Amino acid sequence: MNHLKQLYKAPVVGRNVLVAIARSLSSKVPPEPTWQEIDESKLPEPTKIDQDTIDHLERLALVDFANKEGIERLEAAIRFADQMFLVDTSGVKPMDSVLEDRELYLRDDRVTEGNCKEEILKNAGKVEEDYFVAPQGNIPLPKKEEYKR
Amino acid sequence: MLGLMLKETARLLSEGKVSAAELCAACVARARQVQQLNVFITETYDTAQKQAAESAQRHREGRRLHVLDGIPVTIKDAFSTAGVRTTCASRILRDYIPPYSATMVQRLVDRGAVSLGKTNMDEFAMGCGSVDSLFGPVRNPWRYNFTTTTTTTTNKHTRAIRDSSQDSKGKNMQMRTMHHHHVTSTEDSDWFITGGSSGGSAVAVATGICKAALGSDTGGSVRNPASYCGVVGLKPTYGLLSRHGLIPLVNSLDVPGIFTRCVDDAAIVLGALAGHDPWDSTTVPDAFHPFSLPEDIDVTHLHVGIPKEYHAPHLSEETLHTWREVADMFEDAGAKVSQVSLPHTPYSIVCYSVLCAAEVASNMARYDGLEFGHRGSDESSTEALYAQTRHEGFNDVVRGRILAGNYFLLKRHYDHYFIQAQRIRRLIADDFKTVFDSGVDILLTPTTLSPAWPYSWFVKADNRTRTEQEDVFTQPVNLAGIPAVNVPVALSEAGLPIGLQLIGPSFQERTLLAAAKWVEQQVNFPHLQLPEP
Repeated sequence: MNHLKQLYKAPVVGRNVLVAIARSLSSKVPPEPTWQEIDESKLPEPTKIDQDTIDHLERLALVDFANKEGIERLEAAIRFADQMFLVDTSGVKPMDSVLEDRELYLRDDRVTEGNCKEEILKNAGKVEEDYFVAPQGNIPLPKKEEYKR
Repeated sequence: MLGLMLKETARLLSEGKVSAAELCAACVARARQVQQLNVFITETYDTAQKQAAESAQRHREGRRLHVLDGIPVTIKDAFSTAGVRTTCASRILRDYIPPYSATMVQRLVDRGAVSLGKTNMDEFAMGCGSVDSLFGPVRNPWRYNFTTTTTTTTNKHTRAIRDSSQDSKGKNMQMRTMHHHHVTSTEDSDWFITGGSSGGSAVAVATGICKAALGSDTGGSVRNPASYCGVVGLKPTYGLLSRHGLIPLVNSLDVPGIFTRCVDDAAIVLGALAGHDPWDSTTVPDAFHPFSLPEDIDVTHLHVGIPKEYHAPHLSEETLHTWREVADMFEDAGAKVSQVSLPHTPYSIVCYSVLCAAEVASNMARYDGLEFGHRGSDESSTEALYAQTRHEGFNDVVRGRILAGNYFLLKRHYDHYFIQAQRIRRLIADDFKTVFDSGVDILLTPTTLSPAWPYSWFVKADNRTRTEQEDVFTQPVNLAGIPAVNVPVALSEAGLPIGLQLIGPSFQERTLLAAAKWVEQQVNFPHLQLPEP
């Protein structure tokens, strides 16, 4: 409404300007952002990951990333994810797939292809007599001493 | 020829006015001309020329396979291509040659399309800039200073390029090997990013290297680069296009996407690709009927929704202005335009980040170095080999997401993070459903917060932070599984494309693309013009 008062007192205003102003006042697009980034103070305490969890994650993820930068990035990702707790989800069922209301297509249980041993082994780094080769299993990953919290 | 739309090109081919071989040669020349943009990971020019020759023969004999016969296309390097290296821009697949082709690729090949190569992308489709690739970042052709020549790329003035490889009377091309020099140095970083993760494909279409390109869209990876590069980027409904052979990132969100220069072309390519695939059990068995769009589109019966939450923090002035202009254009033309609400929008990106990390942690478990891909040298134990292989093979972004995903999936966090994210996903999907059920036909929103960023600015923050910021308008659509398209609308003051996103209900691609075509007709976007190669 302030705009209109000022307009009234303004010198001659071209029609284009009036149309533009009228349009921006009636436009369905909101003129200002309609939300703000989440206020950190509303979130629970930031998670600090302990050494046990780091070791556990390393064994699960097997990407050898538990250095300072990696852990900082992980803590930032968790902090970001903590924003989810500001949403009231009581009574809401989790959604696995957008196709949840449809029946999964199942084809006939008939063998239609196979016999492609060559193709399957072709891309392997190490092959021995048509077997993929892996080092010994059941040996726990050595703990890395480099990074301590 | 290089500036023509797919539809027009197909017509010229069928009328014999242009041969598929000539067209392919021109596209290869254009690809070489803009080689600095680093579009390709693997070029397949020789096979392309062979395919083009076969197409030319078919045309001469009147045996055209399909409207796509002889049309040059490019394929994001996340789609498996039989016999052609497929890397996902990662060291872990650097030398991987798939024994089969993705269904999307096969459908293009079966219809005679000519593939020029596999395009560059963010590693494993993680990113919104196409800067995190083993093969170096992709560069935006808009405002790009091509340095080997005396040319500048502007829309108004063009001067002839003098490329030293053509000094002996034009047609003499330099011999190139398959592993050509990739543009990995970023010292001269006054160029703009392409957006991502399907940056290479977007640039290939924008520069006329091809008439259509395949990308993949998990959180905006087709619409984001389409917006920054000034091309049409379509993400169809989840379940319409087959993901068989698309190296998976997030199984419940990934969708193959289509880049073209205009909306009509996108409809043509959609017609060739859509439909049930027995190899992908997440494709719906419903019959798909290819359609073409009318020239005269009547929007007076259209109800356009403007979701107010899409005026998010940090939306740029110019994008806001463009959004407003097009919303008003619809209203002036007689469409019903109303402001609507998708209340859970601010939480969508958070939900997406958790679901994405969790599914990634699962999908990346297959890369252990035993059956395919890079293999480390540490043979002391299985786990040591796996850890070393994956440490060497994946970049920081990928490893970071795997670690985060495993954290969210720990038994003690499973309900707290992962299931909570799935609940929010339902709220997001329901938000859209409520709005569409109330009579709204399509939604109009910005695609990205702003036009393309300079590379030097973009890399000041890490990939995770950028994705958190830039994917805000695109990923809710993936969570809901509904179709959306980026339409290039205008150029910013700085001469960079601004695109807008249209979103529709599931399987309503026809309505969605009709509205998109209408916008395209009104705005007359000045497509990128480059001098003849």
